[in-house]
Amino acid sequence: MNKLVEMTGIDKFFPGVHALKRVQFDLMSGEVHALMGENGAGKSTLMKILSGIYQRDGGVLKIDGQEVSPTTPSEAQDLGIGIIHQELSLMNDLTVAQNIFIGREPRKSFGRLDEVALNAQTAEIFASMNLELDPKTIVGSLTIAKQQMVEIAKALSFRSKVLIMDEPTAALNDAEIAELFVIIRRLKSEGVGIVYISHKMDELKQIADRVTVMRDGEYVGVVEAAETPISQIISMMVGREVTEEPLEVPDLSGAEVSLEVSGLSRGREIQDVSFSVQRGEILGFAGLMGAGRTEVARAIFGADVKEAGEIKVHGQKVSIKTPSDAVQAGIGYLSEDRKHFGLATGMNVRDNVALASMDLFSTSVGVLNDAGMAETAQKYISQLGIRTPSDTQEVRLLSGGNQQKVVIAKWLLRDCDILIFDEPTRGIDVGAKSEIYKLLEELAEDGKTIIVISSELPEIMRLSHRIAVMCEGRLTGILPGGKDTTQEDIMQLATQREAVMHVTETVQ
Amino acid sequence: MSTATDVNEKSPLSGLGDSGAYQKLLAFASLIVLLIGFSIASPNFMQTSNMIAILQATSVNGVLAVAATLVIITGGIDLSVGTLMTFCAVIAGVVLTYLGMPLLLGVAAAIGAGALCGLCSGTFVAKMKIPPFIATLGMMLILKGLSLVISGTRPIYFNDTPGFDQISRGSLIGEIFPALPIPNGVLILFLVAAAASYILSKTVLGRYTFALGSNEEAVRLSGVNTDRWKMRIYALAGGICGIGGILIASRLNSAQPALGLGYELEAIAAVVIGGTSLSGGRGTILGTLIGALIMAVLTNGLRVLSVAQEWQTVVTGAIIILAVYADMVRRKKSG
Repeated sequence: MNKLVEMTGIDKFFPGVHALKRVQFDLMSGEVHALMGENGAGKSTLMKILSGIYQRDGGVLKIDGQEVSPTTPSEAQDLGIGIIHQELSLMNDLTVAQNIFIGREPRKSFGRLDEVALNAQTAEIFASMNLELDPKTIVGSLTIAKQQMVEIAKALSFRSKVLIMDEPTAALNDAEIAELFVIIRRLKSEGVGIVYISHKMDELKQIADRVTVMRDGEYVGVVEAAETPISQIISMMVGREVTEEPLEVPDLSGAEVSLEVSGLSRGREIQDVSFSVQRGEILGFAGLMGAGRTEVARAIFGADVKEAGEIKVHGQKVSIKTPSDAVQAGIGYLSEDRKHFGLATGMNVRDNVALASMDLFSTSVGVLNDAGMAETAQKYISQLGIRTPSDTQEVRLLSGGNQQKVVIAKWLLRDCDILIFDEPTRGIDVGAKSEIYKLLEELAEDGKTIIVISSELPEIMRLSHRIAVMCEGRLTGILPGGKDTTQEDIMQLATQREAVMHVTETVQ
Repeated sequence: MSTATDVNEKSPLSGLGDSGAYQKLLAFASLIVLLIGFSIASPNFMQTSNMIAILQATSVNGVLAVAATLVIITGGIDLSVGTLMTFCAVIAGVVLTYLGMPLLLGVAAAIGAGALCGLCSGTFVAKMKIPPFIATLGMMLILKGLSLVISGTRPIYFNDTPGFDQISRGSLIGEIFPALPIPNGVLILFLVAAAASYILSKTVLGRYTFALGSNEEAVRLSGVNTDRWKMRIYALAGGICGIGGILIASRLNSAQPALGLGYELEAIAAVVIGGTSLSGGRGTILGTLIGALIMAVLTNGLRVLSVAQEWQTVVTGAIIILAVYADMVRRKKSG
């Protein structure tokens, strides 16, 4: 077997971040090489360099022994490298064949399209994959799995020798995954090398030959998939030291249960999720991307519909159909995407703080008390330490950490005592992170109920009094917070695909 | 209260912060340049009577443009302002001429009908999630048809209602200052604009208008009933179109059921020239007023210079494209 791809000493810098630090990776022909690591470990960045989306800042990239530097995705395609992104990039209203040959359709004279050749060539590719699919099918009518096959066919139509698959099974069910694996094995036998990015441990054992582990932009090691226990791979992934001071879990015996969720369900995204949180408690929600944590939060908050489930606030059953109902019940939600769902970025700090509580500042005919709004905004600016020149500064001009504090101020003003934080420190630098952590702890001490969703395990372990772990829409367990729970324990539950519930409840 | 926050609240017409300030300045400068240019080109242009004619021509378009501004700031669009104006004029005609009701009742009926139609558009957009362009396009056609049906395709005259034509043509200011015979229609435009500006900058409704255009999902996730507020804004815009209906009916002393199409485009053009962003979240009433004046000055000035009607239209179109291009350049710069 010859080396199709050889990457050594790859460096990549983004403004303020050393994203890849002398990373190495290689791929043999006819091999499935899994690339593992937590979110943000640098897997996608490395693959974007291989596929010409980013350019490396240092190191060597060889394809078939030749050093190359693809500067665009199409140059990488010419070198035989195809990538299938996590989010499919197909045009739903076009046919399968039109999608596969978009931008390089076979033509007849005067620029007329040669639909016959188009469909014939597509049928040929499908035959080589042993895939039964009519080239004239509209892509939008296919299942996600079939659409994935179309993406693979598209990559193969470039005569790719290297196929990069970024979380290909994220949206697939078990039968569809089996179907995908059949195709992967056939490609393998034809000598195609496959880079397989996935978070799902059990898939590795089924499909991968070797596993390269990355962490914090660095290469950790490469191991044989068959001989290496999953626990070893997990500890390679999370091996970083937790430098924060140990968390002290307060004694909450006797504290009132402020939020109780039971049987929350919606399709495959949320499957029978039940839990409760006490006054003064911080409940962490851990899990890998797509585990359904955000979906649970949005369903509780009424931002999305739910199919089943009961929510009790302070022991009272409440019916939450819209965010407005949730706010009435005292629940606030701080979205992971502040810019899209948290802030009116074109408006100023004062208006954003008051956004959920305009009724506090208006007369019966709806005239605003701007002086009162300014006073309130200034109170929160000093209380939360929001760094802004004035309360009339547009929020889009603030840093991520300060924007987050504006959103927190909005909910504190609304007097919500149950606050759901979805990725509260995403896009926030390290210094501001610990400020946000302190703020969350103070809120809990003040008797608020806090739910924190985070994909960063150190963050979850730093904050949570208890840790709920989800995998594929199911709550796979609730672990106690503090030093008795390891990152490995959490990862175990987060990758536990089969429905074995062993809930280690610690509620008194 | 700190002094720093007072700075932004100099004028009730300044709307929200300094958004669109540059574009507004640009629009104002263009207006001045146009005025100077036309006065040099033709001695007839700067006559008081001609200035009054320009203002009079602005009054109806200006009122409709104010209504369109409200909807556009939410991130929507209202194509029905023109035919809604006509519909409200016809309603006034029915109440005053056919039913012989008193003047005030006719005015109230027109404004009420406008608000009700606006509420309908608002319901289509907010509750039924029909895109504003389509919802108001439908309303535009429905109202045009209804105006013809109700009036029997004939104009309704207001000869039995003494004083009706004075609503627009009379001049309260002229009675006090005979040197300044500014028609009441213009006065009403400025009152409507001042009220709309007050609502935008000083009330909950106004703040949500900007917030909806800025980020509707964030507003919804703040627990605000966005649908209800959106319907209110469309209803308010409809009511203002009702005032426009009274103005045009009073000026013509009749309700002309075939009129109305094309007014919506003039209104949108004025809004855009005035620096209000079609993507929502930004805009001012003052800018819209300037935009409406620019349109009126252009039309009037080109006519005074005896430029052919068809070329006037071409020039107007070019001005709109230029204005939006200026807005795009500004947005790119401010990121």
